Amino acid sequence: MDLISNLSLGFSVAFTPINLLYALVGCVLGTLIGVLPGIGPVATIAMLLPATYALPPVSALIMLAGIYYGAQYGGSTTAILVNLPGESSSVVTCIDGYQMARKGRAGPALAAAGLGSFFAGSVGVMILAAFAPPLTELAFKFGPAEYFALMVLGLIGAVVLASGSLLKAVGMIVLGLLLGLIGTDVNSGVARFSFDVPELTDGIGFIVIAMGVFGYGEIISNLAQPEHEREVFTAKVSGLMPTKEDFKNMVPAVLRGTFLGSALGILPGGGALLAAFAAYALEKKIKMKPGEVPFGQGNIRGVAGPESANNAGAQTSFIPLLTLGIPPNAVMALMVGAMTIHNIQPGPQVMTSNPELFWGLIASMWIGNAMLVILNLPLIGIWIKLLTVPYRYLFPAIVLFCAIGVYSTNNNTWDIWMVGIFGVIGYIFIKLGAEPAPLLLGFILGPMMEENLRRALLLSRGDWSVFVTRPLSAGLLAAGGLLLLIVLLPSIKKKREEAFVEPD
Amino acid sequence: MLRMGNSMHNSAIHYFYYRRQSVNIKSQKDFFAGLMFMGVGGAFAWGATTYKVGEAARMGPGYFPLMLGVMLALIGAVITFKALVVETVGGDKIGKWAWKPLFYIIAANVVFGILLAGLPAIKFPAFGMIVGIYALTFVASMAEGGWKFKATFILATVLAVGSYLAFVMALKLQFPVWPAFITG
Repeated sequence: MDLISNLSLGFSVAFTPINLLYALVGCVLGTLIGVLPGIGPVATIAMLLPATYALPPVSALIMLAGIYYGAQYGGSTTAILVNLPGESSSVVTCIDGYQMARKGRAGPALAAAGLGSFFAGSVGVMILAAFAPPLTELAFKFGPAEYFALMVLGLIGAVVLASGSLLKAVGMIVLGLLLGLIGTDVNSGVARFSFDVPELTDGIGFIVIAMGVFGYGEIISNLAQPEHEREVFTAKVSGLMPTKEDFKNMVPAVLRGTFLGSALGILPGGGALLAAFAAYALEKKIKMKPGEVPFGQGNIRGVAGPESANNAGAQTSFIPLLTLGIPPNAVMALMVGAMTIHNIQPGPQVMTSNPELFWGLIASMWIGNAMLVILNLPLIGIWIKLLTVPYRYLFPAIVLFCAIGVYSTNNNTWDIWMVGIFGVIGYIFIKLGAEPAPLLLGFILGPMMEENLRRALLLSRGDWSVFVTRPLSAGLLAAGGLLLLIVLLPSIKKKREEAFVEPD
Repeated sequence: MLRMGNSMHNSAIHYFYYRRQSVNIKSQKDFFAGLMFMGVGGAFAWGATTYKVGEAARMGPGYFPLMLGVMLALIGAVITFKALVVETVGGDKIGKWAWKPLFYIIAANVVFGILLAGLPAIKFPAFGMIVGIYALTFVASMAEGGWKFKATFILATVLAVGSYLAFVMALKLQFPVWPAFITG
């Protein structure tokens, strides 16, 4: 069995004491920052990325994966305990999780989220391990036209899942693509849009954009709101274990969530969010047992389902990244950036040329998930303490970590000035209701898209029809068109708007 | 098809009717977001024409950015137009700008950068990370209700010691830590 030998190779890489340690440190740091209110996974990963510079690539990626899971888990914790979703995919967790916490059942809610996520994560990793090799085979059949079409599909997916206006999300993507083009053009050597600034000829760093827009922009907008009373259910977290009844309700919800999440996560465009919403909708549709708590008032299925779904989706969303080299969402876009810093070009060739890294990373995902359960459930008391740290002590620290982080990428103060500029831009985006996540995705994809478009049209001698005459590329573009059409249909458009409004 | 044309016709009439009285922005956020896209897209497109554009088979460095810039400007125009035509609840106002946090957060960042590595252009010496952290904490704390000296000082000390241990000792990142005129 290939799968088994591959996985055992992976585990032999990941199970070294030093890599286990990095996975652990990653999980702890990720949770630590992830629980802090107002810092999502993108900002968390961007902030902690410099901590991995000195590590060998395998260890660095293992640690980053740990940070990602930790940040996600931290987001669910704040959703349940403070009604503050740390990230968009835990928005639905707030609905029933917070109600459970208010009824003194924060413990079982956290356990349901943790155990459900662990199960879903394990299944997701298996799917990833099973599907990666055949998909990689497929990826080698991809020419530039197919890659371009795939990226278009991915970007459309990202737009469809953005919560605000479709058109504005498209605008943000195009803006991101344009920002990605700043710097030296690889083909002609011309420094584009760099105004004779030597630092700009290397392009804008993705960390600068991520930290400026997601870090500073968020801080400024958080500070603009009057500090409302944050109710933290510190005292009431007693008894983590769900009851037998809870387990009976939980298990089927976890299974359904895992299934939905794994399937939706593969779709380009950020599966975790869609998966969580879909799982919650599904749970609501399923007939309730007599005596079960209604949804919206603390039903454990409303926590277990979406949490499993978003974790399964988070896992399977690595598939397009690792096999095709195309990031499906903003977090994965950051991972691409992280890999390039460590001189790894994500794509199908990683698996063949660097199997230790590939399978080691996959094995470490499972380890990371296991660590979260082992680590976080007993340590929940500490995370809750962190929740009570007032924001006025937090935000200077975040500003400091961002500033140190960007400086350490190139040891150049230029990046500090740039992160300041992008902080202002990020705040403007928030004020104008323009979501920044599609921008980051576009930014990473910009140069790749241009390169593939250029090659595709060079091969076809300038004939644009190449994108529709090659069957694979035509299929991908058709899927993108269909996706767009579906969202624009009036009835679905209304449903989509409802889905994004409902959880507030 | 007929109905759609009709409704578009109607909204166009509405648009011009209101226009004559005063420019009636239905969604302030979208209106300005659209203007932003138009401006930035236009600027990129204009900038792209200064490079060799080429043709589809042989794209110059200006081809793709020109295409995207025009696209962004068009998207912006549609958003702006819709913001003038489509009704929204409450006008979708931008709301007050938080000038104070905006200023102090960015200022804290800039002050830290200047103190960390200095400004060779005006011969401003590097003061290093530790001094930078104290300055950053005090400036940033101004963003929310000003600082209580003791609390802010403790916070800055905690951050300075923590950063020294984490970034300099553990991660061995290369920073100027102390002022240049002390370390030489």
